Amino acid sequence: MSVATLDLSRIAPAFADPVRESQAVFREVMECVARPGRITRFDRAPQAPNGLSKAAGAVALTLFDFETLVWLDPALADSEAEAWLRFHCGCPLTVKAEDAAFAIVTDMVKAPNLAAFNQGDAKYPDRSTTVILQIASLEGGPVVTLSGPGIRTTTDISPQGLPQDFWTQIETNQAQFQFGVDVLLVAGDQLLALPRTTTAQIKGG
Amino acid sequence: MSTPVPARANAPERYYNYAYLDEQTKRMIRRSILKALAIPGYQVPFGSREMPVPYGWGTGGIQLTAAIIGPDDVYKCIDQGADDTTNAVSIRRFFANVADVATTEDTAEATIIQTRHRIPEKPLKEGQVLVYQVPQPEPLRGLEARETETRAMHAYEEYGLQYVSLYENVSAYGRIAATAGYPVMVEERYLMSPSPIPKFDNPKMAQNEAVMLFGAGREKRIYAVPPFTRVRSLDFEDYPFETQTWEETCALCGAKDSYLDEVILDDAGDKMFVCSDSHHCAERRAAGHVGPMAGHTLDQDAALKEPAQ
Repeated sequence: MSVATLDLSRIAPAFADPVRESQAVFREVMECVARPGRITRFDRAPQAPNGLSKAAGAVALTLFDFETLVWLDPALADSEAEAWLRFHCGCPLTVKAEDAAFAIVTDMVKAPNLAAFNQGDAKYPDRSTTVILQIASLEGGPVVTLSGPGIRTTTDISPQGLPQDFWTQIETNQAQFQFGVDVLLVAGDQLLALPRTTTAQIKGG
Repeated sequence: MSTPVPARANAPERYYNYAYLDEQTKRMIRRSILKALAIPGYQVPFGSREMPVPYGWGTGGIQLTAAIIGPDDVYKCIDQGADDTTNAVSIRRFFANVADVATTEDTAEATIIQTRHRIPEKPLKEGQVLVYQVPQPEPLRGLEARETETRAMHAYEEYGLQYVSLYENVSAYGRIAATAGYPVMVEERYLMSPSPIPKFDNPKMAQNEAVMLFGAGREKRIYAVPPFTRVRSLDFEDYPFETQTWEETCALCGAKDSYLDEVILDDAGDKMFVCSDSHHCAERRAAGHVGPMAGHTLDQDAALKEPAQ
């Protein structure tokens, strides 16, 4: 992990109005976490640097700061995206997945298992990692049916570009409640949430 | 006040940040809200700040509202169901001032409803957030004073003590005597205090369409119930959960199914029962419903008599 001086001339701008824009982004993220499977779009979010989607960037600008240890995908090491996050969020970085409050995963092929991140403590399950998974698209993939708190009966999603065993990982994650990570799936400027309470069933599977 | 007041322009010389709290505090509270929604009923510790009102006046609810509110929101604040009580008026004025939001007394048009001690009679919808002010977030505190112990009890789902307490109620009074702050189980996992709402309101928590957030400022805890979540009031097979009922109807609007407050009228002991939800009652009266004491001086509130615009 680089601790080099940031080259400020190469850092792209973040929110033009941080107070209003982070509030608007948070309200959408909150609705999505409260209603798993609901897709929201951050079309007005600033363009994040190469390797980072608009939605991941918007969530980072809204929730990361000096209090949150962030695990960044090794694919983003020493990148403009890393410099952008360090400058705008002031977040400390870690290479230890189990220490992270937030994680941004961009390379789904080499992505660590969800179990590698902080699963929370029996008394403090809120200390688990929130994992932001950046994938190809939130639509057009195999259909998965979600149920659980926040969903009236069931809801279908069809994200594209997840690893083969992803839904097995989600099942394991859900089964160990109150422990577990909370997942935010992002693609381009879109986001949907899979908190640890959500049960997923592959359609026809 | 039933039509939203247009938001005023953001004054450049504001001496505090938008919505009063600084951005780092808001981020901290926002992160806590997300974890609270992911673990329904679990109490997330948070760094509660000093607010311009004393603890016990709704600092937890105010901090939650400040962390989520935006200029497009329409804000409603109730105290014991009423929009026109001192605390509710002050908090509503506070957010109209610091967050440039429109305020309302109309339950249906509000996007954020902050409440102390009631859930509105009108069913809530998607897009609404109900923010509860909570004095004591720990349902087990009356039974076990040590936070280290109650935290372990939640961690290992060790809720026997709570059932013993309810059983002692049954053996002493022949029924479960708790009437407000009646404990609930969320998703059959976490025991949760519903805040001091009357148990009449407990069933409204289950499968509610709105997002429900709970804030305890002095006790520094945030918890949440997402929409469409199972919330069960504790009971026994032979002593099932029951809500309060009244033989009286609302003296002003004649409602038979709303939560009624008993109001003593004079030294001779005359009394009347009126809806605790002031907007619900006003809306019913505007629709032509008449109670046995309609036209009473308590019904003279000019603001409520204005025809809907």
